[in-house]
Amino acid sequence: MKLAPDEQEMLEGKQGAAKQKAMELLVKYADGLGAERFVDTNNVTIIAGSIPDIKIVQKVVPSLDADEIASKFLLDSDERVVLDKVKAFTTTNATFRDQRYPDLQRGGKAHCDLLQKMVDYLKRVGVIHLATCTPYQAGNVPMKGEHCAWTESSAVAFCNSVLGARTNIEGLHSSFASAVTGKTPLWGMHLDENRLGKVVIDVEIDVELLRDWYLIGYYVGGQVGLDVPIYTNIRKVPDLPRLMGMCAAGIAGGSVVKFHIVGITLEAPTMEAASGNRKGLPVLKYGKKERRIAYEKLNHSDSDKVDIVVLGCPHAGLDRIRVIAGMLEGKKINKNTRLYVTTCHPMKHVADQQGYTEIITKAGGSVWEDSCGLVLAVDPSTVFACDSAKMANYLPGETGSKNTWFGTTEECIQAALTGKWRGELN
Amino acid sequence: MSKVILRGRKVNGGSAEGEALVTRESLGGFGCFDFDTGKVIDFGHELYGKDVSGKILVFKTGKGSSAWSIAHQALRFVGKSPKAYITKESNPQTALGAVVARVPAVTDFDQDPTEVISTGDWVKVDADRGIVEITKK
Repeated sequence: MKLAPDEQEMLEGKQGAAKQKAMELLVKYADGLGAERFVDTNNVTIIAGSIPDIKIVQKVVPSLDADEIASKFLLDSDERVVLDKVKAFTTTNATFRDQRYPDLQRGGKAHCDLLQKMVDYLKRVGVIHLATCTPYQAGNVPMKGEHCAWTESSAVAFCNSVLGARTNIEGLHSSFASAVTGKTPLWGMHLDENRLGKVVIDVEIDVELLRDWYLIGYYVGGQVGLDVPIYTNIRKVPDLPRLMGMCAAGIAGGSVVKFHIVGITLEAPTMEAASGNRKGLPVLKYGKKERRIAYEKLNHSDSDKVDIVVLGCPHAGLDRIRVIAGMLEGKKINKNTRLYVTTCHPMKHVADQQGYTEIITKAGGSVWEDSCGLVLAVDPSTVFACDSAKMANYLPGETGSKNTWFGTTEECIQAALTGKWRGELN
Repeated sequence: MSKVILRGRKVNGGSAEGEALVTRESLGGFGCFDFDTGKVIDFGHELYGKDVSGKILVFKTGKGSSAWSIAHQALRFVGKSPKAYITKESNPQTALGAVVARVPAVTDFDQDPTEVISTGDWVKVDADRGIVEITKK
């Protein structure tokens, strides 16, 4: 590692203990990556809501002192360090908790209180609390070419693929260290050559519904490893939720931190631009058979009854909330079924003002802020339905329930109204 | 007892030895482990139900959420860490995960470690030199 003078200063502790710990961690991490130097960043998102269950936090920090928790769980420092302010513009990610419903989320009130304590800590050190897995929907929109240090897999893919900004998939520790120091390893997605596509996806079928964007992303994610895929033959320009779906699915089903769609995404005006003029790239076919494989992988339940419908993964934006409210207006969901629409408090504020929250609530559903369907406290026999491949992918591991249906938003709303799953892939 | 030596690149320094637990698949972090037992709970994963604690964990690379490092640090906090990570390819998840789990890690070998090493083999890891010695079971 070649350190610049300011980086060396931080490492030597001349800018305080917190920056020293952050720099120590970043140097080890950069060394592990094989990076040679750092680059300045002024755009960071941290996933502080993902700190482990209160039982584990309490074991490590019995006092639950916020500075000590931050030292150990955010900076991996055995020593308690007190941070004044972060250096970079930094916003928070989900999954925090919706503080109104402690008992419905794993860890109950104790974990809700812990996360509120972390929110207060983060605000104190100058982190802006957007509490969303979609920061670009709520006020953090990096520009093309901007060096970022982002967490939250779907947002990382969105940042690189759609916005043309540059970030690796950072973890809680590295992103917080970047927030503190304003530095991130100059490696991977920060370098031009690594952003070029390495495998071509020949799309043989129309990719139309939101569901189809999740399915193609999920299938391809499972096939391409760490390579950047180039999608070809997608002609219809996708909207924001569809691109969010592809981003979320490709990195839940695999490790796709960046993709190109020729003629659509920012760095792929042509195949030549997307591939850097490299010829003879491997070609992967995506047709009906491949779509079916992804669909079958995401649908696994032995019962057609549905207990819980979760919409808003990644966090529902105003268009999705508008559409969902439109489908539920004047209707009542089944008495044995619960429906959650998850978003963040900035967008929920607008949904409240607009009357959408009231429509969804009157129908028997809930609009949740800052939380995630994956933190619902449920019995393992619970049957879920969702319209997100990411949600379907993570529900079993996170909730213990192995019964998940995945389909269109319309099918999910029907399941909420009738209590039965009737989804299918034609 | 045949011995095989693999040469790779240090991700995180240190040394360890133990029994290998091998998957050719990529491994997640978030939602992947039961912290009471150290068992993999990623439904459908090749290692589903297997206990990673105290093992030399051999896998393709890291996958999924950026909460990877938190999950692997948490395994350390509950005393269920693997003893080392051997990966075919490294990525930010595995590099940061190894640092905060504080376990030796090696990657980019002359051969694919997920093919050369089998579950149950005895493995010695010298991460600083990038050397892994395998005694086949």
